Amino acid sequence: MKNDLIILPSAQPSFFKSMGSDIINTKTSSNEPVIESEVITNNQEITSVKKSEKKEYQILVKNVNVFYSEFQALKDINMEVSPKSITAFIGPSGCGKSTFLRTLNRMNDYIDSFKIKGDIFINGKNIYNEKIILEQLRKDVGMVFQKPNPFPKSILENAIYGLRIQGIKDKSFLAERAEDSLKQVGLWDEVKDNLKKSALALSGGQQQRLCIARTLAVEPEIILMDEPTSALDPISTGRIEELIFELKKNYTIVIVTHNMQQASRISDNTAFFYLGELVEQGKTNDIFTNPKYKRTENYITGRFG
Amino acid sequence: MRRYKELVIEKFLLFSALITILTTVGIILVLAIEAFKFFSEVSIFDFFTDTEWTPLFTIKHYGILPLLSGTFLTSFIAIAVALPLGLTIAVFLSEYAPKKFRNFIKPSLELLAAVPTVVYGFFALTIVTPFLQQIIPGMSGFNSLSAGIVMGIMIIPIISSLSEDALNAVPYSLREASYGMGSTRLQTAFKVAVPAASSGIVVSIILAISRAIGETMIVAIAAGQQPRLTANPFVPIETLTAYIVQVSLGDVQHDSIEYRTIFAAGITLFVFTFILNNISHWVKNKYREEYE
Ligand SMILES: Nc1ncnc2c1ncn2[C@@H]1O[C@H](COP(=O)(O)OP(=O)(O)OP(=O)(O)O)[C@@H](O)[C@H]1O
Ligand SMILES: [Mg+2]
Repeated sequence: MKNDLIILPSAQPSFFKSMGSDIINTKTSSNEPVIESEVITNNQEITSVKKSEKKEYQILVKNVNVFYSEFQALKDINMEVSPKSITAFIGPSGCGKSTFLRTLNRMNDYIDSFKIKGDIFINGKNIYNEKIILEQLRKDVGMVFQKPNPFPKSILENAIYGLRIQGIKDKSFLAERAEDSLKQVGLWDEVKDNLKKSALALSGGQQQRLCIARTLAVEPEIILMDEPTSALDPISTGRIEELIFELKKNYTIVIVTHNMQQASRISDNTAFFYLGELVEQGKTNDIFTNPKYKRTENYITGRFG
Repeated sequence: MRRYKELVIEKFLLFSALITILTTVGIILVLAIEAFKFFSEVSIFDFFTDTEWTPLFTIKHYGILPLLSGTFLTSFIAIAVALPLGLTIAVFLSEYAPKKFRNFIKPSLELLAAVPTVVYGFFALTIVTPFLQQIIPGMSGFNSLSAGIVMGIMIIPIISSLSEDALNAVPYSLREASYGMGSTRLQTAFKVAVPAASSGIVVSIILAISRAIGETMIVAIAAGQQPRLTANPFVPIETLTAYIVQVSLGDVQHDSIEYRTIFAAGITLFVFTFILNNISHWVKNKYREEYE
């Protein structure tokens, strides 16, 4: 039943996006009472967080603590992410950026020693509730990794992998979606005559764009990116930055980066992590021009790293 | 002094390498020469078309087909047993089992390959065959079914172990990418890990076939010594290897045509295992590092 929504070859890019815009349109000033029925349609109600609050943010993080065995990797993180925004995570190596990013699509579940306390709501649903269907969560919250990791399959098969696993077989529909997503990442003209070629024959930058296309083809609402350009040359990096900026129109993006210019260029909001704590977060402009904390300033200006 | 030492070591290594090469060349040479003598008395055409193999009887026939069919039948049964089991075990161990469990089970499975084959042979003859005879009345005491099944059990670790190695070599980042798009474990295993490891898996299967074709003791003990061109797994047959054992242990005169038949059978066997090994090398090289 959960699949039906996605399988339908709808012209309108997905059911979920319309849900997202719904969230924006009905944005109410927070003290205005919210009508119950509007909220619940698609959500299992789980906790005591105020409904109005849950509705406004696409991602809402409440008192999250993460442990690897005894080691506490994240300390009491709170965060809100609005729909169709770009949020950058910055901070020195080992401060927990990746860990936090990967809690958002439960990618850490595969690590035996991983433990999480606290709540994370995505579109008002607590994703660590046991009723959540992991596969559905990952379709809604896509991920792009640091090192390009295309499958050792053809370019086309890579682009449509996410649809194939949903059981979609309609060739023309698959081809259409592959074309759409490859066009979105600006790869179509470069590969359209070689769709059957192995994805591993592409350059690193092309591979990373293919990986983004692959994620887009599933039509997630949120895309998590963990240092997506750190393995790429400046030109590829530039292209991917432009692409991310483009994607903001339709997607909510959370990106980890070590590149301060990148964070300031593309993000709306920035969160600075340090030793597992979320030291400071806010509008990127404010963080970069007028940081509240000395540590943030030092990091941004490159005085420590 | 130091240079001198190194020189000695170097020469010694070269010498060891040469010995192996010389031995191999020697074996092939003996095989070829004796086989050549054999084929100067028996026409190659008869060898491949005659459907009877009776070199030790008064009316002699030299058709290799019965021995080949015996070899293929037992090998086929063995692979039919080992392939599904071996692959299932490999996928389970690499994609599902906790690390600790895997580290315990894998070496234990490999023990299967360390059991002397003569033990397997008697296991087939004295346990598996009587058991099968209860299910299949009329089955002979010697038959390719029970030899094949037991041989299949013996080669499970070749497939499971090598395939598991291949699956394990598939980078975790590919599985992550798959999970990240909403795949289940099963989908990730069969749509990402198995295809990415396919060359290693194919190699493991070829080696297993090669091992089955060359296996001697189990078939010599449990499958019988009656060359017979048949696909019936319930009757006694004879394989190439079992025939070689039979004649080697018997009292045929050296330098006779009867004696040379074992080289004819030997070279036939050699050709098959040689081809299989080459295919596996070719697969290995062609698809090496398909992924990083
Ligand atoms: N699987 C794991 N098991 C145990 N500890 C881990 C694991 N993964 C990460 N950690 C620890 O958690 C902390 C945060 O790691 P994380 O990878 O989230 O940092 P990061 O901010 O992404 O760093 P980088 O910028 O280098 O990518 C580090 O101290 C790290 O050693
Ligand atoms: Mg990281």
